[in-house]
Amino acid sequence: MLYREAGQFKTTYAEDMAIFPIRQDRMALAILLGIAFIGVPLLADFDIWPFGSDYLLRAILLPFLILALAAIGVNILVGYCGQISLGSGAFMAIGAYSAYKLGTGVHIPLAWLGFAISIPPLPVLLSILLGGLAAAVVGILFGIPSLRIKGLYLAVATLAAQFFFDWVFLRVSWFTNYAPSGSVNAPTLDFFGLNVGTPIERYMLCLIFVTVFAVLAKNLVRGNLGRQWMAIRDMDIAAELIGIRPLYAKLTAFAVSSFIIGVAGALWAFVYLGSWEPLAFSIDRSLQLLFMVIIGGLGSIMGSFVGAAFILILPIMLNLIPTQLGVPLSTETITHLEFIIFGSLICYLLIKEPHGFARLISIGKEKLRLWPFPY
Amino acid sequence: MVRNKLMLAAAILSGGAFASPAAAQNEQFIPILSYRTGAYAVNGVPYANGVADYYNLVNERDGGINGVKLLVEECETGYATDKGVECYERLKGKGPTGAAFINPLSTGITFALTEKTATDKIPIITMGYGRADSKNGAVFSYNFPLLGTYWSAADIAIQHIAKEVGGFDKLKGKKISLLYHDSPYGKEPIPMLQVLAKKHGFEFAPIPVTHPGVEQKSQWLAIRQNRPDYVLLWGWGVMNGTAVKEAAAVAYPRDRMIGVWWSGAEPDVTPAGDQAAGYKALMLQHGAGKFSVHADIEKHVYAKGKGLSEPGKVGEVLYNRGMTNAMLGVEAIRKAQEKFGKKPLTGEQVRWGLENLNLTEARLKELGFEGMLKPIKISCSDHEGAREGRVQQWDGKGWKVISDWYTANQSNTEPLVDEISAKYAAEKNVQPRDCSKES
Repeated sequence: MLYREAGQFKTTYAEDMAIFPIRQDRMALAILLGIAFIGVPLLADFDIWPFGSDYLLRAILLPFLILALAAIGVNILVGYCGQISLGSGAFMAIGAYSAYKLGTGVHIPLAWLGFAISIPPLPVLLSILLGGLAAAVVGILFGIPSLRIKGLYLAVATLAAQFFFDWVFLRVSWFTNYAPSGSVNAPTLDFFGLNVGTPIERYMLCLIFVTVFAVLAKNLVRGNLGRQWMAIRDMDIAAELIGIRPLYAKLTAFAVSSFIIGVAGALWAFVYLGSWEPLAFSIDRSLQLLFMVIIGGLGSIMGSFVGAAFILILPIMLNLIPTQLGVPLSTETITHLEFIIFGSLICYLLIKEPHGFARLISIGKEKLRLWPFPY
Repeated sequence: MVRNKLMLAAAILSGGAFASPAAAQNEQFIPILSYRTGAYAVNGVPYANGVADYYNLVNERDGGINGVKLLVEECETGYATDKGVECYERLKGKGPTGAAFINPLSTGITFALTEKTATDKIPIITMGYGRADSKNGAVFSYNFPLLGTYWSAADIAIQHIAKEVGGFDKLKGKKISLLYHDSPYGKEPIPMLQVLAKKHGFEFAPIPVTHPGVEQKSQWLAIRQNRPDYVLLWGWGVMNGTAVKEAAAVAYPRDRMIGVWWSGAEPDVTPAGDQAAGYKALMLQHGAGKFSVHADIEKHVYAKGKGLSEPGKVGEVLYNRGMTNAMLGVEAIRKAQEKFGKKPLTGEQVRWGLENLNLTEARLKELGFEGMLKPIKISCSDHEGAREGRVQQWDGKGWKVISDWYTANQSNTEPLVDEISAKYAAEKNVQPRDCSKES
C-alpha cells in the first residue's frame, strides 16, 4: 500500500480544505518543486549532464514552462468554463505586443486634439503584467458574444479574434514601433536592477511565474468563482436557476484566462524568442494550446503541464531519437516519421482515455491506493 | 506487459537523446538548418542538397579543410521560427569546438537568433537574405549578410527598370508595385523602395500576401485595377508559382514582373508552365548552370553515390546557391586557420576568418567557381562584401541572363543602413566597434 491514507486525520476545516489534503501528494509536490527550484539550477551550475549544455534549459524547459502557463490559461476557459476558444494565440500576441509597447515607451500623438500621450518605458515586470491585463480587457470584449452563442459557434467567434489580431500586428506599424521588417526586439530583461540573461536565470524567472500562477489558478478553480465556472460548463440553464449570473461567470473566465495567456505571451516573446513577428502567435499556436489542454485533461491544472510536455517535448524527442541511435535517415524522413508517430499516439491516447493524461494519473492514483489488492 | 516494456524502452531512448556522442578531436562541426518539409519545401530541398553536397565534397576530395574533417548535422526547421531556435540550441554546442557558424535560412529565424548568436559568439551567415542593416559590422558583429542584402536587391531592381524604360528620369510618374510575402522577409525591402520612390519620383505601392502565399486573388485584382508599370515579386515557395499563374490569369505581362533572387529558381516557374515565359528575376551573382566545381561534385560525391540531389538537378539555381553558401563558410574557416592554426576553431575565430575573407578572381578559379561568382571582400565594417547582381529571364525552358552586372548604389543604401542599425544599437545597448582598430 504505497498510497495509504489511513491515519491521516483531518481535525480542522483548514486541513480539510487544503489544496493537497493527502500527505503523499504534498510530499510528491515538494519533491517536484525541490527538483525544479533547487535541483535543476544546482545541476546546471555544476555542468552535470544533461544540464551542462544550454539545450535542455533553453530549448526544452523554457518553452515548456511558458506554454504550460498558457495552457493553464486555456484550461480555465475551455476546461473549467466550457467556452471553446481558438483565439489563444491572439491573446498571447496581445500580451506580447502590449508588453513590448509598454516596455519601450508608449507615444500616442493626438494631433487633432493638440497634444500627445506619452508614457516612458516601464520596468519589464510591470510591462509583462500589464500586457496580461491588456489581454484580459480584450478577452472580455471577445467574451461578450459567449453570452449569446455557444460551443462551436463561439469557437468560430474567437477565431475572428485570432485573425483580427494577426492582421492588426502585421498592419498597424505603431505596435511594432515602425520596425521596417515588422519584427521587433524585446527590451533588456531587467528585474529590479537584476539582468536576467543566462539560460538558468531565464528558467528561474519563468518557473517563478508558472508556480505563482499555477497556485493562484488552482485556488481560483477550487473557490466560489471556479465552482460558478464549472456550473456554467456543466449546464448553464441549471446554473442560472440556482442563482449564478452567466454574464459574470463567463466574463470572469474570459478575463482570468486571457490574463494568464497574455502573461505567457509576453514571456514567450521576451524570455524565449527575444525577437518575434506576428507569425509566432499564429492560428497554429492557438491549436497547439487547445491540443495541450485536450490531451492533458480538460479541467485540470496538472493536466495543463502534462499536456504541454506531451505536445511540445514528444515531437522533439521523436526527432532526436534516430540521430542518437545513429540510424541514417534523412531529416525529411525523420520529420515525416515524427508526424506519423505523434499523430498515431494522439489518436491512440484519445481512444483509450478521452479525458487525457489527468484522468490517467488519477486512475493510477486509485490503483496505488488499492495496491496490492485491487478489486 | 508489452506496453510497459515499450514505455521503458521509450524512457531509455529519450534519456539517451541527450547523450553527446564522443566527438573526434580533429573535426569542425557545422550545423545545417534546412526545411525539407512544409510549405516552402520545394525551394528548401534543392538548397539544402547543395549545402550538404559541398561539405561532402570538401571531405571527400580534400579530406576536410587542411586535414580538419567537416562534421555536419542537419536539423529540420520547417521555416518556423521557434523550431529554428530549437535547432540552433540543439546544434550550437556540438563538436569539439561548437558550431563554426550557422545559416538559419530564414529571415524570421535570423531576427530571432541575432541577439543569441552575438552572446554565444557564433557567426550567423545570411547569404542574400536576413536583415539588411546587419551589413554594418560595427553594430552587428556576428551577422554576415554575404553577397547582397534586400536593400541592395531593391536598388538593383530599380536600376534595371530604369534601364528598360530608358533612364532614371523616365521613372517619374511610373507605378511600381511590390507583391511581398507578409513576413520580415517580404517587408525588408519596403523602406529602401520608399527611399528610391522619393528620389526618382515613381509611385510605389506595397501589396502584402499572407503566409504561405497561395491566396492572391484580391491582390491581383488590385494590380489589374491599378495597372502598375512593374510588379516586383518578393515571394518564396508556393507563393512565386502562384503569383506567375495569377499574373497570367489577369493578363498582366510577365516580362513586367521582376522577382528577387529568392523568386528566381526553377521550382518557381515550372508549375506555371508556358505562362511563366518572359518572367524576370534578379540573380544573386550566380544563376543556373554548371562550372568546374560541379565536375568535382559529380566525380567525388555523385560517383560514390553520396549525392543527395537527383543528378539532373545539380546546377539548378537553388542548388548552386546552397553550394555557394557552404563554400563561403568553408573558405572563412580556411582563412581563420591561417591565423589560429590548422585545428577545429571556435565561432569567434571563424568570425575573424569571415571578416578577413578575400576571394579574388584567382582564388575563385582554384575553387571552381570562376564565372559563377565575382570577387568578394569582406571587412569589419562591411559584412555584405559584394552587392552585385544581374537579371535573368525564364524563356519557358531555362533561365537566360539578359543584363549586365549592376552594382547597388551605396549612396542609396548606406544612409538607411546607418539609420536602422544605429536604432538597433540604441535599443539593445550595443556599443559599436571601432573598425579602424581591428586587425
